[in-house]
Amino acid sequence: MKKMLSLLLASAMLLSLLAACGGAPAAQTNPPASDNPSSSQGADDPVESEKPAAPSGPIKLAALSSGYETTYPGMWKEVCDAFTAETGIEVQLTLEKNLEDVIGPSMQGGDYPDVVLCATGRGPALTENFIKDRQIADISDVLGMTIPGESAKVSDKVMADVLGTNATVPYGDGKTYLAPMFYAPCGLFYNAGLFAEKGWEIPKTWDEMWELGDKAKAEDIDLFTYPTTGYFDAFFYALMYSVGGPDFFNKATSYAEGVWDTPEGQQCFEIVNKLASYTAKVTPAQANETDFSQNQQLILDNKALFCPNGTWLPGEMAEAPRADGFEWGMCALPAAKDGGNGASYSFLEQIWIPSGAANIDAAKQFVAFMYSDKAVDIFLKGGAVQPVNGIVDKLEGDNKYFYSIYDNGANAVVGVFSPYTSTPGLGSNREEFFDPINGLISGSTTLEQWTSRFKEASDLMRENLLIK
Amino acid sequence: MRSKGRNRFIALCVAPAVILFFLFMVVPTLNVFRMSLFERGAYSPTETFVGMNNFKVLLKDPKFIASMQNTILLIVTVTIITFFFAIVFAAILTREKIHGQNFFRIVFYIPNILSIVVIAGIFSAIYKPDTTGMLNNIFSFFAGRDIEILWKTQPMVIVSIIIAMVWQAIGYYMVMYMASMAAVPVSLYESAGLDGAGRLTQFFQITLPLIWTNIRTTLTFFIISTINMAFLFVKSMVAPGMADVGLSFMYAQKDAGLYGYSMAAGVIIFLFSFLLSALVNKVTEREVLEM
Repeated sequence: MKKMLSLLLASAMLLSLLAACGGAPAAQTNPPASDNPSSSQGADDPVESEKPAAPSGPIKLAALSSGYETTYPGMWKEVCDAFTAETGIEVQLTLEKNLEDVIGPSMQGGDYPDVVLCATGRGPALTENFIKDRQIADISDVLGMTIPGESAKVSDKVMADVLGTNATVPYGDGKTYLAPMFYAPCGLFYNAGLFAEKGWEIPKTWDEMWELGDKAKAEDIDLFTYPTTGYFDAFFYALMYSVGGPDFFNKATSYAEGVWDTPEGQQCFEIVNKLASYTAKVTPAQANETDFSQNQQLILDNKALFCPNGTWLPGEMAEAPRADGFEWGMCALPAAKDGGNGASYSFLEQIWIPSGAANIDAAKQFVAFMYSDKAVDIFLKGGAVQPVNGIVDKLEGDNKYFYSIYDNGANAVVGVFSPYTSTPGLGSNREEFFDPINGLISGSTTLEQWTSRFKEASDLMRENLLIK
Repeated sequence: MRSKGRNRFIALCVAPAVILFFLFMVVPTLNVFRMSLFERGAYSPTETFVGMNNFKVLLKDPKFIASMQNTILLIVTVTIITFFFAIVFAAILTREKIHGQNFFRIVFYIPNILSIVVIAGIFSAIYKPDTTGMLNNIFSFFAGRDIEILWKTQPMVIVSIIIAMVWQAIGYYMVMYMASMAAVPVSLYESAGLDGAGRLTQFFQITLPLIWTNIRTTLTFFIISTINMAFLFVKSMVAPGMADVGLSFMYAQKDAGLYGYSMAAGVIIFLFSFLLSALVNKVTEREVLEM
């Protein structure tokens, strides 16, 4: 009996520990209910809504808090309020930097937000997992919807060339599952002041790039650095396009057989390998979540010339110290050969509706509202640029210059690596293709090791393609 | 009759705790074992039974093997170094007369209460790869030339993690040993001293045997906590794929949409830590000495 009792007491102790640990995250995931006192149960109750035609609410929005929100705090709240004012539908906003960790556990329990803003290509691969498991609602009809508060349709406003790639049409069946939300050209960032001071030109081909690298090395400046290996996706997309054009790009992103043994594929490997030898040696030691901004700092300190990044970089580094006469410059990737075109990848963030959402109709209204003039203007205050017609004319300052990158002859690259079914032993595109680049620079991985695993992984991805 | 009523009262008192413990501790653990036999996506409700297939693939996965090797390396080195320093420091602080004993006790203990994010920030300054980094700066000063060790990349990355983990753990275990060393009667040392035993002999013949039970218990704690802490350190301090450990491998598999596969890794790590603790417990078994 005594033994039994002590056992029970011990388990009680353990439990109280557990309760202390488990309490906090649970409280975080539920947004305070006080925002909407009466409507929390009214999801399916038509009596609740005053306008009979309006879809019922409230809707739950889960959005990634990115650099845009930092630039203009309260941006998302303002957009949600504007939507509520227009339609009468309440919005419960979950805005987090680590969105996946916050909404993940409740989604595993079957509780989904109605709208999610989270792009593909992030580490935790939330959106990729939803695509693989076919858990995203078909929102093709949103394109034909009238934007709340306006007379225009969504399809009248969205730029035609961002629709139809596998970034928004993941299954290649012409149906849109992810709506294009923000786009940002990615390229190489540099100190324009330093280039003017030294009289250096921005290289137009990779050969000129290596020449510049040698010149800079003589002055103790490295040619290249990168924040983390995660930034190689946009870099590599643009590289593939500039080397082999759209045809090679499409083959490579769908892992066509033998594509990496073609001259174009080999050239991609050679360029990355050569670039590795021109990369600042400290880069891999800082290419982690804690220190990546130290790599970006190398550009500000004139210790490295180029860094692949997106238009959010100047905002991210706004507070950082910098060399005298520093001025942000951004250029496309150089052309693969003389007379060729450079290329810049267009990073596209998507907004989508989980098929398990409770309020799909209201959620679609919200997605349509994202393209209204009101929403576009609010997002612009945070520097977030949406792919809507005429947006480039509205830009000011740095952004006006960054978004003009395609006017100078660089090819705009859109699209992503094709999704494949999760397979034990096969990592993500980033893990298999780009993480080993750290090793190329530190010397712990050879070119041969990197490329052979690259090809092996590409073959496995083809065998497991979601859409064959 | 009275004792029957009392028993019922006790049962009623502990019932809520037992039920909750069962629901939130036992059931999830069993669920890990169950889910390791299935394949399902990270957020998908559908699952397919695959039997032992996850384990078959797992034991051949070079990434899993590499991450378990890292885990074992960390457990062995971090445990040995931490215990050595914790015991030595504890012995010095309890047995020798040093000014500011409490100050040292607190200073050593502080790393233990810091959050892992703060620790990652501190070590980002210590390990900064140019000469402005603390360690490189100290080395440069003594060497008389610029030394730029790239701490957080190959091949130094695992050493950097070991240093950080030892730094974090020493204080906690030192305080534990100080408590048990303080319980050793001073008279034992006095009589040993009269018999001509030196400080070192006293330490090995009196202190160590008398706190042995304490060392055994903490060793088990330490092995389990190292498995967990290694994950946090690796995740927050170094680039992904550079020095993965068992739990970071498991976590990455969930992100890759392989929930069942990740649970299979969880099962192996669970069994591994269980068996290792049992083994350590068996190996360190000694006759218990009473004071």
